[in-house]
Amino acid sequence: MSSQESVAAVPLAVRANVERERRRAATRRRQLFYLALLGLALLAPLAIYPVFLMKLLCFALFACAFNLLLGYAGLLSFGHAAFFACGGYITGHMLSTYSGLSTELGILAGTLASTLLGLIFGLLAIRRQGIYFAMITLALAQMVFFVFVQAPFTGGENGLQGVPRGHLFGLIDMQNNLALYYVVLAVFVFGFAVIQRTIHSPYGQVLKAIRENEPRAVSLGYNVDAHKLLAFVISSALAGLAGATKTVVFQLASLTDAHWHMSGEVILMTLLGGVGTLLGPLVGATVVVTLQSSLSNGPLGEWVHVILGVIFVLCVLLFRSGIVGWLERLVKRNFK
Amino acid sequence: MNFVRNSASAILASSLIAATAQAQISNNEIRIGYLADMSGTYRDLSGPGGLEALKMAVEDFGGTVDGRKIVLFNADDLNKPDVGANTVRQWIDERNVDMVTGLVASSVVLAASKVVEQGGKLALISGAAASSLTNEHCSPNHIHWTYDTFALANGTANAVLKDGGKSWYILTADYAFGHSMETDIKKVVQAEGGSVVGAVRHPFPSSDFSSYILQAQGSGADVIALANAGADTVNSLKTASEFGVTQSGQRLAGMVVFLNDIHAMGLDVTQGLMLTTGWYWDMNEETRAWAERYQKRVGSKPTMVHAGIYSATTHYLNAVKQTGSDDTATVRAQMAKTPVNDMFAKDGRIREDGRMVHDMYLVKVKTPAESKGEWDLYQMVRTIPGNEAFRPLAESQCKLVAKN
Repeated sequence: MSSQESVAAVPLAVRANVERERRRAATRRRQLFYLALLGLALLAPLAIYPVFLMKLLCFALFACAFNLLLGYAGLLSFGHAAFFACGGYITGHMLSTYSGLSTELGILAGTLASTLLGLIFGLLAIRRQGIYFAMITLALAQMVFFVFVQAPFTGGENGLQGVPRGHLFGLIDMQNNLALYYVVLAVFVFGFAVIQRTIHSPYGQVLKAIRENEPRAVSLGYNVDAHKLLAFVISSALAGLAGATKTVVFQLASLTDAHWHMSGEVILMTLLGGVGTLLGPLVGATVVVTLQSSLSNGPLGEWVHVILGVIFVLCVLLFRSGIVGWLERLVKRNFK
Repeated sequence: MNFVRNSASAILASSLIAATAQAQISNNEIRIGYLADMSGTYRDLSGPGGLEALKMAVEDFGGTVDGRKIVLFNADDLNKPDVGANTVRQWIDERNVDMVTGLVASSVVLAASKVVEQGGKLALISGAAASSLTNEHCSPNHIHWTYDTFALANGTANAVLKDGGKSWYILTADYAFGHSMETDIKKVVQAEGGSVVGAVRHPFPSSDFSSYILQAQGSGADVIALANAGADTVNSLKTASEFGVTQSGQRLAGMVVFLNDIHAMGLDVTQGLMLTTGWYWDMNEETRAWAERYQKRVGSKPTMVHAGIYSATTHYLNAVKQTGSDDTATVRAQMAKTPVNDMFAKDGRIREDGRMVHDMYLVKVKTPAESKGEWDLYQMVRTIPGNEAFRPLAESQCKLVAKN
């Protein structure tokens, strides 16, 4: 009996070792990949127009925040534009009202406002699931849209214009596009790291468990509502951070950000890139933003919406796990 | 430290660009950007037709000014301020565009004009309505060419009052644009001895106007003013026609209505509507000839926005030709010095607040029986002289006006 156990134990230990080794190699590869990506991002403004890159990063962060909720907690929010816009408007308002306010404090104010809004939304919305959850978030976001149309400080349909970019820490002038780019990149990396950390923490594991089977997570003794609420709040805070940064970049906040189209656009980005993958939203945002800007400059300008629609339909029909999901499968099939 | 070095080089680069801008014609080319809605709500108002109008102006110069090529860029702003502002910023930063025209949705234009001001270039705004562009948002770097909300509300309200419409009921779109228009109308009506018997605000945008129109009808007012725009105006006019508002003796006054709206709705719905326009194709030989030329290329008659784009660009290129420079301040000064005389305007002049002052026209939409063709839509009622039409400088809040 005992000899049998030891016989079985040896290969198990070996297998565990091999497994550990393999994981370590994978981690190293991932780290190298992220480093390469970061290097690319640091050099990108030399080749590509920095304001365009900043726009891309803002939308990518927005999509990543949304993906945290949809991809890892399985919650489809149809009202994320509200947080994006809230961050933008509050930051815009703070920076234009209090001249001399440093940029990072402005962004912080917008992010905090979105976090608070996310808490209120979350408390109400997580009581329901599926389509009802989506409808509640949509309804709340429409209410927020209405507030932004009516509130005197938002400038109604004209939006907030000419928001000063301010000085970072009161020192570095953000009027310089290149300096601002590295700030935006830092903001994005921070947001991405928060999401990465969240997903790979025990908390992230519980989130995934809730996504897969909520009743089972409840039966295991997890406080499902608290977990969902926290995910919702983190996601809305990061969406607000993205919106706040975008306001600083473009020096404006407008109703476009609050409109439900924006909520739809972020869903499009996430699904296109690959929901539930870390890099998916980044890729999706890149594709959508690049298409929008390159098409709007070209002779096909009138067809932007049609082309985006066709791409979306094709993506849903042909590779439902999105571009990154599809690539991941391809890599797995051929190299492992 | 990397970015300190990068920013230092960027500052150096931007100062180099500033230095080259002082040369007579920058880049040896005159670069014009056309930014408009090419695919959405305002497509018919400006869109691809506006680009054609711009091309017509350029072709009239033979594509060059004194041997310097005129280069066009165009982009769709998707009616999104961030897209519009970003496009203009990129044009200025990367392509050193000298002038931007088109410019339709007010939110986009306000955003883009700030970027143009920062970049020290020139914007010739033809499509946008917001009169704040030459009031609290005025700048030496843009000129508002074709019309504005003040001129439209003022012109129509004044004319209808003189025509005997004494009691008014206002249907307002419930957002900043509608509110400011409502205030403008009330001011005019009360100043001219009329009375506003009531007003109702509808959410923006709205599709069901029956309850509002019924309230307006029940008020017994002589005139129902529509302080809304675009699809809202179209829907309220359709509803009014269904309820027989004009047949029962009440008059409708549209504040922001364009030729393409009337054409799309048809005369059955719109007949009898009073409105103000900055230009109409069927005014004289000159306008008819230009409209004919335009129609051959685009397939429809031009709106005032199209004509405005042509006029503004022509005036701009003339100023470039006369001064031999595309430096913003030089050209802007030359444009203000010469009166605008073309098929669009007679003796138009550019005020210091950036308003191009020209005659506006009060028109009445023809009945189907009066109309002789597809585009024979307006009947001229009165010419509103430029100095009556636009907001007087005495009321201006613009920082460029001397008294401020």
